[in-house]
Amino acid sequence: MTDVIIPNRGRDVAAPQNTDLRAAALRPVLETPRWWWPSIFVLGAIVVLGIAAWIYQVANGLGTAGYGNGAFWAIYEANLVTFIGVSYGGAVVSAILRLTHASWRAPLTRIAEATALVSLPIGMVFIIPHLGSPSKIWELVWPTYWNLSSPILWDFFAVSTYLLATIVFFYLPLIPDAAIALERFDGETPSTRVTVRKSLYRVLAGRYGGTPYERRRLNGAIGLIAIMIIPMAVSVHSVLSFAFASSSRAGYMETILPVYFVVAALYSGVALVVLTVAASRKLFHLEAFISPRHFVRLGFLMIAFGAAYLYLTFTEYLIDGYSGTAGASAWVYQIVAGRYAIPFWLYFVAGGVAPLFIMMFRRLRTTSGVVVASVLVVAALWIKRLVIVIPPATEPLVNSPLAKGGVLAGNWGTYHFTWVPISITLAATAAIPLLLLVVFRFVPILSMSEMEELAEENEGLGTQEVGA
Amino acid sequence: MTKQRENDASVVLEDAQRDELTSAAVTIGRRGLLRAAALGSLGVGVLGALTETLAAAAEPATTTPTGPVKQWCMIIDLRLCNGCKLCTTACQTAHYLHEDQTWMNVYTMQNAAGENYFMPRPCQMCEDPACVPVCPVGANYRTAEGLTLVDQNKCIGTRICMNACPYDARYFNWSDPVPAPRQPFKQEPEWPVPQVKGTVGKCIECAAMLPTGQLPECVTNCPMGVIYFGDLTSDAAVNGMGATVKISTYLAENDAVVFKEEYGTHPRVYYIPGHGQDLNNNSSAS
Repeated sequence: MTDVIIPNRGRDVAAPQNTDLRAAALRPVLETPRWWWPSIFVLGAIVVLGIAAWIYQVANGLGTAGYGNGAFWAIYEANLVTFIGVSYGGAVVSAILRLTHASWRAPLTRIAEATALVSLPIGMVFIIPHLGSPSKIWELVWPTYWNLSSPILWDFFAVSTYLLATIVFFYLPLIPDAAIALERFDGETPSTRVTVRKSLYRVLAGRYGGTPYERRRLNGAIGLIAIMIIPMAVSVHSVLSFAFASSSRAGYMETILPVYFVVAALYSGVALVVLTVAASRKLFHLEAFISPRHFVRLGFLMIAFGAAYLYLTFTEYLIDGYSGTAGASAWVYQIVAGRYAIPFWLYFVAGGVAPLFIMMFRRLRTTSGVVVASVLVVAALWIKRLVIVIPPATEPLVNSPLAKGGVLAGNWGTYHFTWVPISITLAATAAIPLLLLVVFRFVPILSMSEMEELAEENEGLGTQEVGA
Repeated sequence: MTKQRENDASVVLEDAQRDELTSAAVTIGRRGLLRAAALGSLGVGVLGALTETLAAAAEPATTTPTGPVKQWCMIIDLRLCNGCKLCTTACQTAHYLHEDQTWMNVYTMQNAAGENYFMPRPCQMCEDPACVPVCPVGANYRTAEGLTLVDQNKCIGTRICMNACPYDARYFNWSDPVPAPRQPFKQEPEWPVPQVKGTVGKCIECAAMLPTGQLPECVTNCPMGVIYFGDLTSDAAVNGMGATVKISTYLAENDAVVFKEEYGTHPRVYYIPGHGQDLNNNSSAS
């Protein structure tokens, strides 16, 4: 290392100028679109309604959420898995594509990482309505209460670590962009909006000056986090599955569950990235940088995971159903042909077969085709999580075989949806676009430095080069 | 374990006594397995020491008994139960429980011949309980006298213990508990009355009444004398009718079994079958 850190008074981040790119990336920061405030109000109102529903639940007990002796775990646990799951898209699109040097990722990374950054904390928040006594939640962070043999505590550690890594992974590529934005904002007429953002960027950029040495070190750090975040992401959903799997309950006690959870998370995560990328492209006019080809590529990535998930589903149910043991067979029967058959087959059609079908035909895999497939995947995977969580939780372990029908019937418990968890789920769903809209008012929506760097490398092929 | 050994009540009992009264290292339970796995896979003594220290800190200081310690157990004679459920109602009255909180639940079962019989199911007070290690905040614990209790002031309501218990013996407080008047005992794990909303409750074998020589409510209120309550250390058990039995002999003579033995929980509730039922076989139960 012969480079010397040159103290930069005036920043020199202007090396390869791409005015179009920088203007497009910073336009959402500078200009308030007409739809912005109405959207914030509508989404904010949904979130407030969800918080009100939660307060009602705290006052009246978890029974108001449809829980009871028939179902001790249900929608909140499924939501926890679903929302933490969709945050995986950020890790995949950014980290995996970065490590495999897929240069077409560049315009998508910031959107993908921001999606991860907002959906992960929303998923974590579901711990709160899930708990019967949320006022005692501080016991989870107080070491004298820790019982290290508890899978829930492992969950808590794993998710917290992953959140930290996600924040770092969002922040590091933002450093040069903040420096670029800071420099660009010097030319703006001073107003509150500009001043606020300038002081934010000053904090974010630190003393980054864009020298080759700094760029090399920063890329090294990003590469390191990209490598670290993949095993971390795998661990989060594996450990999340342990909370279910480390029991003797048929349907939860499955060795396949950790893999199953990780693949489902990757599948739904890529789908959510497709949706946020499509919405950002439309709303912030990024058509020049994000082409239909990007969607097709993301779509292929998505159905690769989707096919793997379908395969895991098949093996799990086949083997458990085939075993003929009372608990496992009854559970598979209830899912495939019994009381949970409708949601299961809904997943199978909407989340398993339909996306594969859409991506299979050239005529169908258009931008809107991929978006439709992604909507189906996100919704169907939520239903699938309900099908994973609810049946074993309603299963009677000491059953009266008096109910006719042998082991396949029995007095199974039930879970009834009420307005409380539905409001909270809608609030969480609305919180993702709400937070993203806020984030993109402060942070450049495209990773300018990364795109410029790759454009430089590809010399003339440009940022739109996404291959055939 | 062979079938013959499963049904040999004296072996069951000897196992039970040996496990508790000699040392904890005799059998590898869930916790032992977890510790061994943590130590083995990580190979880091520091973590092991930390786990030990924290586990020791989390457990109440009752693991070093002085003098003979009572080892509570229950014997349920299924031959006598007529399914009147007075045990259930007595329990619910004493602990101010909702109707669906059947800490002592009487199941209507069917034997291989298709005849009904009744099976009271209190907490099985396992020697290696599945519910204790899974709690993230250590709200479940096992006393030196062999009772598994819930500290409702600690319980945050994750319900993972309800997932772990193979006997469906745990009941959550989904709404406000039944209001209770002033109690003879203070609200504590040994006498969780009134229940706490948003926490898990379960049969405590009336832990607070035992030191004063009172029998659990379900025992005293059983008109058939189905339920015996006793102490493995002194090898004596008594039912609500005043009949006293020598536990080891009574279990051996009547081919006592434990419920779901294959789960490795080593319950301290012994069932005396009499209707041809096979309690050890999960297929008849679920």
